[in-house]
Amino acid sequence: MKKSTEHQLMLEAAKARLLAVQMVYDAASGHPGGSLSCLDVLTTLYCDVMNIDPQNPKDPNRDRFVMSKGHCSPALYSVLALRGFFPVEELKQFRSIDGNMSGHVEMSVAGVDMSTGSLGQGISVAVGMALAGKIQNKNYRVYAILGDGEINEGQVWEAMMSAAKYKLDNLCACVDVNGLQIDGKISDVMPTEPLDKKFEAFGWNVIKIDGHDFNEIEKAYKKAMTVKDRPTMILAQTIKGKGVSFMENEAGWHGKAPNAEQFEQAKAELEAHCKELECVK
Amino acid sequence: MTDKIATRVAYGNALVEFAETYPELVVLDADLAGATKTQTFMDTYPERFFDMGISENNMMGVAAGLAACGLKPFATTFAMFAAGRSWEQVRNSIAYPHLNVKIVGSHGGLSVGEDGATHQCIEDFALMRAIPDMTVLCPCDAHEMRLATEALLNYDGPAYMRLGRLAVENVTDSVENYKFELGKSLQLRDGEDVTIIANGMMVQMALKAADLLKEQGVSARVINMHTIKPLDEEAVLKAAKETGCIVTSEEANILGGLGAAVSEYISGIYPVPVIRHGVRDEFGRSGKAPLVLEAYGLTPEMIAESAKESIQLKAD
Repeated sequence: MKKSTEHQLMLEAAKARLLAVQMVYDAASGHPGGSLSCLDVLTTLYCDVMNIDPQNPKDPNRDRFVMSKGHCSPALYSVLALRGFFPVEELKQFRSIDGNMSGHVEMSVAGVDMSTGSLGQGISVAVGMALAGKIQNKNYRVYAILGDGEINEGQVWEAMMSAAKYKLDNLCACVDVNGLQIDGKISDVMPTEPLDKKFEAFGWNVIKIDGHDFNEIEKAYKKAMTVKDRPTMILAQTIKGKGVSFMENEAGWHGKAPNAEQFEQAKAELEAHCKELECVK
Repeated sequence: MTDKIATRVAYGNALVEFAETYPELVVLDADLAGATKTQTFMDTYPERFFDMGISENNMMGVAAGLAACGLKPFATTFAMFAAGRSWEQVRNSIAYPHLNVKIVGSHGGLSVGEDGATHQCIEDFALMRAIPDMTVLCPCDAHEMRLATEALLNYDGPAYMRLGRLAVENVTDSVENYKFELGKSLQLRDGEDVTIIANGMMVQMALKAADLLKEQGVSARVINMHTIKPLDEEAVLKAAKETGCIVTSEEANILGGLGAAVSEYISGIYPVPVIRHGVRDEFGRSGKAPLVLEAYGLTPEMIAESAKESIQLKAD
């Protein structure tokens, strides 16, 4: 990856983090932890990997994305706004009675390909989209992000089997491995390791990366494009609450809004990071 | 009257018949293709058929994804699993995003017979009807099932359709110029004293009940309410006004299904007695289908009894 691209992605992700935290604060509710952990992967997808056109969001040949962990709407909405699907201003309607920017990911929002929120369901839809691409001989690719808590759901594993059966090499999913779910550590609540062996056993090509290293993220997605006859699962090791010191690695920040004082601190930290990146530029 | 044919057989045949006219039609099943009769489609159009194995929840999601990319998926399994196990997938991945998926539940009701209560879905009407934006239907015979399948191919949105296991008489094939329309019921017999509103195989029984009533000097109207939602309110109101009392009949729990839909509507606009005939809030059991139906009172005789009860209430 070019240094300039990497820098640009870092800056976009930093801006998206600031917007996501602002959204949750303004709405006085929402899910900051998992939004912050997956934002580097998501930013790379929308700003570097995916074939999409904000001016033509319904293009039948576009790449698709499904946020299977649908509570991470602050992350997706922020990235879509920054990418130009709708004005950043509209993020103010998040979780409000005005507008359509629902608490969980909502497909009536420009750029959203599937409504999600009930865990385990989005990945099946992504399988269906990839299958549709295959039978209609289209070249688009389908992407999805799942939570590592989400994969407790049995439906995820049904989806894994079906994607392998139909050799969906146009499907590339990513588990945001931040190690935490609502009730605590994943290793305590419902142990899921070894993830790589599990997905491999289900017939997927598995790539393990640092989910905050843009070079590794891009490399993994590029590699996935070359794999034939198998879907790819990227296991992205991440930090829940990434970028806000007091939210990092704290399960308590899964679905909670910061108070005014906490928000000021979060904002200061995220703004400082943006400024730092802008200065380097 | 032709030979008896099960609605599931007619559905399977219709899928094959319409496959060329509707190239977007794709069919999914969950390891029950032989029983749900999607097998012929599977054999004829293997590239448009997806056996998702015994994983109905994933099947509903995959169907949603296919629909989101412009295809017309018919996701087929037993009613118990389509409406029961996968209820939340149907709600959140299909109905809420208004995706064009047809959920088809075969082996609805007690006429499943020997397999017993675990496979006799009597709650599907109530479950599916409770989901906003969901169209719910239960055609009564093979002739109507063919028309209903085509109507669903031309309807852009989520819908649930129940199929039956048992072979049933055709009663709509003799209706001249029958144009099936979602949400528009079919009056099969006119009458003055009472209206029997039925769906599925209870329509055939309702016609027999009307014969029994006729012998006793009672004139019964029979309406085939193939679409439970949206309900043909006009026909229900007309029946209430013209016959003054109603009997609903369904091969389902009387809670939440056709009887509930009719009662909910008419009680708010033109209250008349409504007797709900169906399964009285109890689980089914194993046995030869006709014997199970009889054990639960799903017979023409019981519909006729309910009709007389309804007429009595009107007189009181």
